[in-house]
Amino acid sequence: MSDYSFVRHETIPESPPPARETGAIKWMRENLFSGWVNTILTLLSVYFIIQIVLGVWPWFANGIWDAENLSQCREMLAGKTGACFAVLVDRWPQLLYGISYPADGYWRPTLAFILLFPSVAPALFVQFIPRRFLIISAVYPLLAYWLIWGGTILIPIMAAVGLIAGYIAFSRLERASGFFMGLVGGVIAAAVTWYIGGFITDALSGFIALPEVASRDMGGFMLNMILGVICVSLSIPLGIVLALGRQSSMPIIKGICVIFIEFVRGVPLITLLFVANVVLAYFLPPGTTMDLILRVIIMITMFSSAYIAEVIRGGLAALPKGQYEAGDSMGLNYSQSMRLIILPQALKISIPGIVNVAVGLFKDTTLVSVISMFDLVGAIRGPILSSTNWTGIYWEVFAFAALLFFVICYGISQYSQWLERQLQTDHR
Amino acid sequence: MSSTTDPDMRPDSFRLGMLLNDTRYRSYTFQFIALILLILGLGYLISNLLDNLARAGLNISWAFLGEPSGYDINQRPIEYTSQSTHARASIVGAINTLIVAVLACVSATILGVVAGVLRLSNNWIVSKLMSIYVEAFRNVPVLIWILIIFLAMSNALPQPRAFRGEDATSSMWFDAIAFTNRGVYIPSFTNGAGSLLFWIVILASIVGVFWYRSYAKKVLYATGRMLPTALPSLGILIIPGLLAYFILGRPVGLEYPELSGFNFKGGIHLRLSLIALWFALAIYTGAFIAENVRAGIQAVSKGQTEAAGALGLRPGRIMNLVILPQALRVIIPPLISQYLNITKNSSLAIAVGYMDITGTLGGITLNQTGRAIEAILLLMLFYLIVSLSISAVMNVYNKRMKLQER
Repeated sequence: MSDYSFVRHETIPESPPPARETGAIKWMRENLFSGWVNTILTLLSVYFIIQIVLGVWPWFANGIWDAENLSQCREMLAGKTGACFAVLVDRWPQLLYGISYPADGYWRPTLAFILLFPSVAPALFVQFIPRRFLIISAVYPLLAYWLIWGGTILIPIMAAVGLIAGYIAFSRLERASGFFMGLVGGVIAAAVTWYIGGFITDALSGFIALPEVASRDMGGFMLNMILGVICVSLSIPLGIVLALGRQSSMPIIKGICVIFIEFVRGVPLITLLFVANVVLAYFLPPGTTMDLILRVIIMITMFSSAYIAEVIRGGLAALPKGQYEAGDSMGLNYSQSMRLIILPQALKISIPGIVNVAVGLFKDTTLVSVISMFDLVGAIRGPILSSTNWTGIYWEVFAFAALLFFVICYGISQYSQWLERQLQTDHR
Repeated sequence: MSSTTDPDMRPDSFRLGMLLNDTRYRSYTFQFIALILLILGLGYLISNLLDNLARAGLNISWAFLGEPSGYDINQRPIEYTSQSTHARASIVGAINTLIVAVLACVSATILGVVAGVLRLSNNWIVSKLMSIYVEAFRNVPVLIWILIIFLAMSNALPQPRAFRGEDATSSMWFDAIAFTNRGVYIPSFTNGAGSLLFWIVILASIVGVFWYRSYAKKVLYATGRMLPTALPSLGILIIPGLLAYFILGRPVGLEYPELSGFNFKGGIHLRLSLIALWFALAIYTGAFIAENVRAGIQAVSKGQTEAAGALGLRPGRIMNLVILPQALRVIIPPLISQYLNITKNSSLAIAVGYMDITGTLGGITLNQTGRAIEAILLLMLFYLIVSLSISAVMNVYNKRMKLQER
């Protein structure tokens, strides 16, 4: 037997780690106070956050939502710090729809905006939604046009018929005599259909018609959305063409594309908007008038297509040379090898860049306020800041505008990061 | 008789159909068609233009540039009166554009580098704060920031009159800087006799600092000996300037802004429009630069840090000698294109009434003379020249920094 008087037969339960090595305290020691520089930074940040919260919270919490004008609002606040959100309650239609969009038609752009989400979903989430739903994305522009601008429903229908006719002609002719002839045939077929359709819509202008709204009545955040969505979707195909042109081996075509891209990228958007505003009319046949909004769309589309072209050129250049050679060795012609091999990969690489351009473009649509269009910023600077009721107010309205832009732009950039992760086919 | 004379059998004979079907010739066909279309399109536009001009009784003429402008510009870096020509007004505008662009580029770089590095910090609060800054400013249009800063300053800052008298509600900072709703007044330099020499000494000592640092680097790479840099640089920077200042008999002084009447006189007057534009561009672009800096630092693989650590380098040295030289290669090209963006975005000056070239040539001159085509052409030419020079610098840099591979 043993001489020991006491032998422990079971292990002692583990004692908890020292308090400074666990939980919140350890985390704070490692992340916030790991050195004197870090400690100072932490204290400064906390001070900064407290200052911001102390400044903003009473302003927000004391906010007055119900007042006729600014002086009444100030009276109700009685010297306290507080926001005057009543301006938003009073003027929200101007902020969202502009100053002259008919009030009984507000549901139309609203419906178009709501429908935007289900319609872009099939294009944005191609992996999860069956491809046949892409037809919704294709129909949406026509429907949105009808909702926002009004007029007979035959106009978008005829536009669709023309596109379908063009596509049918293209696919028939392409099989028979090549891509180029197909393109020419498709364009001719579409043009003829639209020409005939013009007579039909003129004759039946009351057929399932919404009251027409003129383009100059568009305004507010709606105008920013219209310009953003239209210009981005038009400039992607244009940008692809320009990028391919710039990569082309034909010197004349390459030269044209290079000059166009470098010229547009070298000047600020404002100068192009000036062109749309005062110069473009000189280049149209005498007597024709073109909507300002249409002129602006043309210039913004030119602007963003040059940037998108550069992004896509980066994608094209990033593809290994073997991909181009593989296309050639399969016996594919130029359009086939681009469509089937090169572009799907190049576009995939360029998606983050394209989304960056799209976000930038959407923010740049506020610049139209400089040429006296009443978009969100224009509506604030014009009718609201200069009205007798609300002169002197600025934080509330600009904070509202900033919030609207932030929500949309942040959402798009989060989507792009998610998509980048989804498309990552290489394993690291 | 013999079939060899048959032209169709010769391998390199040319038939019309080959223009479309033979890849050797097809590109010529396409280019020819493109050229014809381009010429037709341009011809159509130009004929429309001439037609429209003839109908309106106008012509293209540059004579307006030589006529007196008849308007005033509030910020005049060079001599200018309303009797000066439109051309001079445009030059004043161009200089104002460059002033705000340079100011914004410098401050955006500082802000962006600090925010980008702090965003990678281990400190949770700091890195979160920086990512809030980046996201908040990147996702809101710069025009909104310009207007907010401008309106907030002009509404919140006191009037110059508040600085008057015994019961003044506002006072100047250090008796030198006054924040008013008409702008910020800061002291300016007064140059007495011998001041030129003083400024040359200052400039020479700045060059000297750069020279000393590159010399220290050369010694380090050649011999492995590490020369001290911080204190000697400070010495080179300060001592010659101080000596020159006292030997030359204090040639340079400060002129403080003073209240006279209802406004401040003397010193430098930074207008609110300049400050709003400068700050907004700096903060907005700083957020983008912060992202570039973060991406650049993260692009350096972790193995580099670990290798440097294994060699026994301290964290500061790892950053300076290993990470930054590699990260800069990634950071600088997008940084330069951000500078390009600042220059182009400075044209938003027109929204707050800062008289840059868009405000003078593209604004008042255009409206007064009605020479829209000429004015906008010149305006675009100015921005094109600036952009192309910046991209030329970038190309030179890219060529120099290209990795020397086998």
